[in-house]
Amino acid sequence: MTTKTVQQRDTVTIRFAGDSGDGMQLTGNRFTTVSAVLGNDVATLPDFPAEIRAPAGSLPGVSGFQLHFADHDILTPGDAPDVLVAMNPAALKTNVDDLEPGATIIVNSDAFSAGNLRKARYDSNPLDDASLSSFNVVSVPLSTLTVGALEDTGLGKKEKERAKNMFALGLMSWMFSRPTEPTVEWMRAKFAAQPELAEANITALQAGFAFGETTELFAHSYEVAPAELPPGRYRQITGNTAIAYGLVAAAERSGLPMFLGGYPITPASDVLHELARLKHFGVRTFQAEDEIAGVGAALGAAFAGSLAATVTSGPGVALKTETIGLAVSVELPLLILNIQRGGPSTGLPTKTEQSDLLQAMYGRNGEAPVPIIAAATPGDCFYAAIEAARIAITYRTPVFVLSDGYLANGAEPWRVPDVDDLPDLSSAVQFATDPNDGDRFLPFRRDAATLARPWAIPGTPGLEHRIGGLEKADGTGNISYDPDNHHRMTELRAAKVARIAESIPPVEVDHVDGARLLVLGWGSTYGPIRAAVRRARLDGMPVAVAHLRHLNPFPSNLAEVLNGYDRVLVPEMNAGQLQKLLRAEFLVDVHGYHRVSGLPFTAAELIDAIAHELKGLS
Amino acid sequence: MTETATRDGADAARPLTKKDFSSDQEVRWCPGCGDYAILANVQGVMPSLGIPRENLVFVSGIGCAARFPYYMETYGFHSIHGRAPAIATGISVTRPDLKVFVVTGDGDALSIGGNHLIHAMRRNANMTILLFNNQIYGLTKGQYSPTSELGKITKSTPMGSLDYPFNPVSVALGAEATFVARSIDNERQHLTDMLTRAANHEGTAFIEIYQNCNIFNDGAFDAVRKNRPQQIRLEHGRPIRFGAEDEFGVALKRTGELEIVDATRVAEDVLLVHDAHREDPGLAFMLSRLSHTPQGPTPIGLFRQVERPVYGTRLNAQLDDAVARRGAGDLATLLAGPDNWMVN
Ligand SMILES: Cc1ncc(C[n+]2csc(CCOP(=O)(O)OP(=O)(O)O)c2C)c(N)n1
Ligand code: SF4
Repeated sequence: MTTKTVQQRDTVTIRFAGDSGDGMQLTGNRFTTVSAVLGNDVATLPDFPAEIRAPAGSLPGVSGFQLHFADHDILTPGDAPDVLVAMNPAALKTNVDDLEPGATIIVNSDAFSAGNLRKARYDSNPLDDASLSSFNVVSVPLSTLTVGALEDTGLGKKEKERAKNMFALGLMSWMFSRPTEPTVEWMRAKFAAQPELAEANITALQAGFAFGETTELFAHSYEVAPAELPPGRYRQITGNTAIAYGLVAAAERSGLPMFLGGYPITPASDVLHELARLKHFGVRTFQAEDEIAGVGAALGAAFAGSLAATVTSGPGVALKTETIGLAVSVELPLLILNIQRGGPSTGLPTKTEQSDLLQAMYGRNGEAPVPIIAAATPGDCFYAAIEAARIAITYRTPVFVLSDGYLANGAEPWRVPDVDDLPDLSSAVQFATDPNDGDRFLPFRRDAATLARPWAIPGTPGLEHRIGGLEKADGTGNISYDPDNHHRMTELRAAKVARIAESIPPVEVDHVDGARLLVLGWGSTYGPIRAAVRRARLDGMPVAVAHLRHLNPFPSNLAEVLNGYDRVLVPEMNAGQLQKLLRAEFLVDVHGYHRVSGLPFTAAELIDAIAHELKGLS
Repeated sequence: MTETATRDGADAARPLTKKDFSSDQEVRWCPGCGDYAILANVQGVMPSLGIPRENLVFVSGIGCAARFPYYMETYGFHSIHGRAPAIATGISVTRPDLKVFVVTGDGDALSIGGNHLIHAMRRNANMTILLFNNQIYGLTKGQYSPTSELGKITKSTPMGSLDYPFNPVSVALGAEATFVARSIDNERQHLTDMLTRAANHEGTAFIEIYQNCNIFNDGAFDAVRKNRPQQIRLEHGRPIRFGAEDEFGVALKRTGELEIVDATRVAEDVLLVHDAHREDPGLAFMLSRLSHTPQGPTPIGLFRQVERPVYGTRLNAQLDDAVARRGAGDLATLLAGPDNWMVN
């Protein structure tokens, strides 16, 4: 196809950066999809501003999309980009510090006007001075070239210029040997109602591709071979889509109707949006007046026999707290999905963090234990939701699912599961239909194995009963202020949650000979930790690694695992929350690595942390 | 004593009576509390609704009034302060086969739960809301409430309360509730009538019930509660008259306001004919303003009843519609998505 030489690369990280209005998320998503279909393993990191439309050209208005693709299985969206596509000076300014010397920067030179340079707070044009001399800078007049390519269309100049992201995508497609056809088809389908617009974008895309091939600016292109992934059918999935699908799957596998009560909040809203489109699965979504009503309606739906969930982020969990305590008290199944973001308060709405673990663990009045599950990867959000549903239904308890902004918006190729292989939750449902004490019904008489109480839904004749947040007498559920009863009920509620440990798998350790350091993670740090350990081992550092999915209760072998190593390192995107829990529970001197930058860990920083711990051991 | 239901299988066909609706729980309100009369009235109305006991659900928040569900031999959920309308919404939209009641106090409904109350009403979710208004916080021992009169002296307002009270009926009409009524705890017949009509309404039905708290706010409603001539009893299609001899009436002034007139001295057609089914809630709102707090002549009865699509019904219709258009969802197809590829 091309007369230029093609070089093989095993892994590439690209970052597209531009104004919020420049279509960088779309560009990145298209590149990702095509790469995934080509068979590369991919991981993505969208990064957008909290402001919907900050002033054009300004620093806060920059939106970025990073993707990492490789010929082998990868675990992170990449540490430092090999290629940065910067659509304006602000995009260059906010991203250039993340590059290693030698990286390629492709800039839209048309956007480097005096005005834009001023908005980006540049004193002089970085394309003209020596400030970028350690990089391979390629100036391309993307706007001019795009407008030129669209000369014959009937579009206005502004509309023509808007297609410059497609020109850039075409150029990058040439550079990394990606076909344009899938995007052409996608464009035609997406803009079926506006064929003129679709064709203009396609023309820009193809012009960008052709430009790469003919220009003297590039000596060669690159190729990244397909990765060897386990066989099967694959698709791309983000964490928010996966968690929504997990709920639908849990509903289907339990035979319960699905109900979601929510209130819009970044980065959780897409779960609500996703489920709202699935009404043909019998899914009811309810956008409430606030978070309290969202979880309240969900608890009502649970009482009435639905698989009920609420989805939110930290500030929303704060509001739902009292109702979650009520769910603990009345012992009904309820899923609380917290798509964590930077805190405290409004914090960093569009950035990732895992600092709500202690909120999930302890953020209620009274002794109110709630099981907690954390998802490790975008695709794992699907299974985390199903596992949470299993626990909620089986044990009649609220359950927290912790995801975060990185998992929510990040995408990865996901092996589509066979529906029949998913856990069968129907036997756990067992609505009560008959009295359980002679001809009486005792709403708080517990199952001997699980300690769960009966789920007797309204509409069942003869089982009329009352529940509420006041303390209940063991068995009958009548209001009780008896001191010993309260103590006993407190212990029973705790014992029920503790007993869940009997139904969860032991934590698995990836051990290597000579390892005296265990790196233990939870949640979305899975990828960076695995990538860091992989590279640390290649560098001759013997380290063991394990990851926690269940944070309350912990797997029953965890004490033994922790005690099997001279040192345990827990990297967390918080100030040491799991670290505190482990120290308190197991009296082990767990070390932590903590950073809350709003971005996922890089493998490089974790390798440093590992090396530091190993030095301390020798 | 236990609060558990027994199954009267053999008796299943026997018509239910008031007694079938009282649970075995000891009622714990203060002697003389207006809540007793309301409980007895509600229990008395239940059999006439013809709804199987197991399909009735009483949801409440927190307060003296909110203990109500424990005393009803139905399904019940005593929840948290102010949130009953939200919980009831979840029950009602997922289970259209159930009849859901919310029992709430003036603090529960209009202070901490004000947001949920207005949104339940604007949404027109299927539920019957009984607001026991005693113009005081009972359970927390006597602080002023959002319906207490201005200047109310209580433990938390020793120099008099400073905030202007809500008129619950005005609030409900402002939220465009499709059924809005007012009654009084010890007006047995009137309350029974309002409860029956509310329970048979499709959508959110709201009844404010003046309830005497003889411990912390005794006699708050005496101006109308024990004073039949001061009750302006609204009846649909009838000219609005009141007084011992029906000697007063309500008329619409040229300026657009309502006024109380001497009915013996004006022509019959000057009196306003009550139309509870007007689409526009404006006139009903003006009626609710005839007395802001129940000190002078005060309207009771049905202010408004209109038909509007019910939230849960429409939500469920969307599910059916989605199935009709797209076919019942297939999980395997959903999971595979439109863009997928094979790796061999
Ligand atoms: C979150 C919360 N805040 C405060 C309270 C304390 N509290 C219980 S009932 C109540 C007010 C009750 O007044 P009202 O709703 O008028 O009912 P009444 O007791 O008069 O029937 C308050 C403030 C509570 N239970 N929960
Ligand atoms: S405090 Fe008042 S409202 Fe509460 S039970 Fe006693 S009399 Fe009734």
